[in-house]
Amino acid sequence: MKDMKYEMVAGFETHVELATNTKIFCSCTTKFGGDPNTHCCPVCIGLPGTLPKLNKKVVEYAIRAGLATNCEIAEISKMDRKNYCYPDLPKAYQISQFDMPLCNHGYIQLSNGRKIRILRIHIEEDAGKLVHSRGNTLVDYNRGGVPLIEIVSEPDIRSVEEAKEYVEKLQLIMRYIGVSDCKMQEGSMRCDVNISVRPEGSEKLGTRTEIKNMNSITFIAKAMEYEYNRQIDLIESGEKVVQETLRYDDVSNTTSSMRGKEDANDYRYFRDPDLVTINVPRERVEEIKAGLPELPEEKKNRYIEELGLPEKDAQLLTKYRKVAEYFEQAIDGIKTPKTAANFIIGQIFRHVENESEKEAFNINVSAESLNELIKLIDSGKIRMNLAKSTLDKMLETGKKPSELLSESDMAGLDENTFNELCKQAVASNPNAVNDYKNGKAKAIKSLVGYVMKNSRGKADALAAENKIAELISNQ
Amino acid sequence: MSESKIYKLHEMLVNKEISCKELTQKYIDAIEKDNGELNAYVTATPETALKTAEEVDRKIAKGEQTGLLEGIPMTLKDNISTDGIKTTCCSRILEDYVPIYDASVWEILKQQNAVLLGKTNMDEFAMGSSCETSYFGGAKNPHNINCVAGGSSGGAASAVGGNLAVYGLGSDTGGSIRQPAAFCGVVGLKPTYGAVSRYGLIAYASSFDQIGPVTASVEDAAIVFDAISQYDEKDSTSQGRKGAPVTETLKNDIKGMKIGIAKEYFDGVREDVRTAVENAVEVYRSLGAEIVYFNLPSLKYALPVYYILACAEASSNLGRYDGIRYGFKADNYKDVNEMIKKTRSTGFGEEVKKRILLGTYVLSSGYYDAYYKKAQNLRGTIVNAFRKAFDSCDVILAPTVPMTAFENGHAVSDPIETYLTDICTVPVNIAGLPGISIPCGYSDKGMPIGMQIIGRTFDEATILNAAWQYENTANMFRSSGFGVKL
Repeated sequence: MKDMKYEMVAGFETHVELATNTKIFCSCTTKFGGDPNTHCCPVCIGLPGTLPKLNKKVVEYAIRAGLATNCEIAEISKMDRKNYCYPDLPKAYQISQFDMPLCNHGYIQLSNGRKIRILRIHIEEDAGKLVHSRGNTLVDYNRGGVPLIEIVSEPDIRSVEEAKEYVEKLQLIMRYIGVSDCKMQEGSMRCDVNISVRPEGSEKLGTRTEIKNMNSITFIAKAMEYEYNRQIDLIESGEKVVQETLRYDDVSNTTSSMRGKEDANDYRYFRDPDLVTINVPRERVEEIKAGLPELPEEKKNRYIEELGLPEKDAQLLTKYRKVAEYFEQAIDGIKTPKTAANFIIGQIFRHVENESEKEAFNINVSAESLNELIKLIDSGKIRMNLAKSTLDKMLETGKKPSELLSESDMAGLDENTFNELCKQAVASNPNAVNDYKNGKAKAIKSLVGYVMKNSRGKADALAAENKIAELISNQ
Repeated sequence: MSESKIYKLHEMLVNKEISCKELTQKYIDAIEKDNGELNAYVTATPETALKTAEEVDRKIAKGEQTGLLEGIPMTLKDNISTDGIKTTCCSRILEDYVPIYDASVWEILKQQNAVLLGKTNMDEFAMGSSCETSYFGGAKNPHNINCVAGGSSGGAASAVGGNLAVYGLGSDTGGSIRQPAAFCGVVGLKPTYGAVSRYGLIAYASSFDQIGPVTASVEDAAIVFDAISQYDEKDSTSQGRKGAPVTETLKNDIKGMKIGIAKEYFDGVREDVRTAVENAVEVYRSLGAEIVYFNLPSLKYALPVYYILACAEASSNLGRYDGIRYGFKADNYKDVNEMIKKTRSTGFGEEVKKRILLGTYVLSSGYYDAYYKKAQNLRGTIVNAFRKAFDSCDVILAPTVPMTAFENGHAVSDPIETYLTDICTVPVNIAGLPGISIPCGYSDKGMPIGMQIIGRTFDEATILNAAWQYENTANMFRSSGFGVKL
């Protein structure tokens, strides 16, 4: 038993809050925050006699999510009631989808080539939330009725790395297609993980546990790691894994049981008689499909294949939709996309510190300005060194290259001046010339530096080195 | 002769024979005097009624045009939400609940200056056939106060039959408009599912519930139906009226109209009721209608299908009454779960709890297929059976209830028999069809007998036409002696 190796088997249920302006069944705003119970109306607090009215945008967004994850879109779908009693659920049922979800059978491909199958994507309403303060419990229904999609994967995930990549990819895709901001810390993306272990090579699934409601990729990774080891320890010590729902505690980095099996909810699903059948005409699906942007994976491959970027660059540029958009504007009409990639990944990324800043990508330099700068390089008007220092100034001041570079900066360096500068370098630095002659090859660098300095960076350093070497050998 | 009370009062108002304020005051006084006996109203709203009446009088004085329903005193069943006016469903759990919005039907009528006299009594959450499950005690039958008004819209029927309102809006889930209308000797129309918006109607069973008028004549029912049958974007299941206003074809000739009789509707029907309906058949024959006989064997499933599906929906619809946001809340509890349990255990009456338990049971895993799913399938069977029946006829004629109003207390002592009184009315709700009950005779004790005319979906025009022709030929309306005398 000691040498037995175990494989992790995990599946995800991911809740993604949709970025529609209004709630799923009424016209209240979906804005995050707000004073408690101010984003509410008789419908979303379920006052007696009110009726839900399905927001068409929610259906459209869910279809977008389905198409972007390679799902089949149902022609006919419906809404069901999931009955359970909890103070944050004002009707004592959640309107969700049970047996006829909007999207079925998709997948997400990981970088190792494995496909994580998606069983279904359905739409539903979010609940409100309980606020515990000074021994009292208060209810805030602002979030009640905010539209969600639940993306249910098959148990195809085999490692923590795959899990992380799966969640990141989902997040990226949802952001790209504009259906959600997927801010895990604000709860607009939350994951439940079903996890089990089995001896490597075995086909049989082990007993799974479900870790509920995780809102950070780091915690997901830690919780899965912990749970994987906990289950192996149980099996190794001859005990059994109990099928149960767990809560992850990020302080102690442990999981603990949320409720016992005996409390297992019977949700008494049945079709919501207040809502009519959802018909999804094929033409509408085609329309939505045509309106989808290029997805990150496709974009990355195109950057590698058509633009000749290294995979790492392509990866970094496509990780955030706004960065990719910026990059594409910056390389408009330009033959050297690699230059733009270098500028963005090198200098510009230093000005965006964290994930959310990269996500927003609000930087001082417009894509047009960067485009202008690269064109100056490509046409030989300025050299890379000058371009780099100019970009730094652009990032500081927000000015355009044309505002920062003078006529003479961009005038280039004529051959006479260049030759003259090289001669001056040799004539005015006898020590360095001697050192060079005596075999200190590096000494030539200071001579090149002289040329660069006095040409204000416009000289071609390599050409200067060759010219100086020639001058010295002719002495 | 058939006479529209609404039309007559409208003429009187417009011709200034009576002011709207005087008319309204008459009803307010009558309610004051007779409601103690009839218990038709659970909330009276004299101030709002008089305010509207004054507004109508101002308009008339200025010579402005007024609509047919303008200034006509009316009532709403107490499960129809009224902004700022208590809407209790006659349940302890909503005893002091005041809605913050208007039901769509009330929005429509309010805009037409309908004079709201108050909210009428009903079985708790519309669950019952006698009005006696009301937390405030049942409404009494104006033809004999020792008998029930019927249910669940007992208050509406008692108010109209007792001349305490010109018309009322009720709701019909399994017969709740037609049955009390039959018991109280008035007209009750249950429109096609979807013809009238349910927005603001406190749900009992959402796929069955439908709002409709209780009136003193067929023409009044047609007038009110035309007014309230509007598409409402707030109710996804609403479609509004299809076709022209039903008042336009109300008085058409019915020569050649095919009237269907299904023998199953007469199984177990009391002799005097059967005779009254058979007499009506003869009236129709005399009017040139063609009588068509057929069988509807699937009707035998109607009661179980209805009670399974309606209770299932009710168990979910009534889950929200937990004492947290509004309504009654129990005290002395140690945590939220105990609070909810105590609130629901003491806030709901026995009949409501019985139906919640039944509905919860039929939806629970392990029983869903045997009950809910099977009932859903049979619902389809019944829908198809009616569709087929309407291939050979235009309307179906049947008793509304197998008997006349029973004595107070009888329903409580014999609940199964009370469930059986719904046998003739529930099929219409199962199939979403329109049905109207009109008086067609009296028992030897003087209690009204009702007959039911059932039509194709969205074909209210034809059943109202048939009903009007009968009423005009053999008017069975008898005044009860209560209320306003004009």
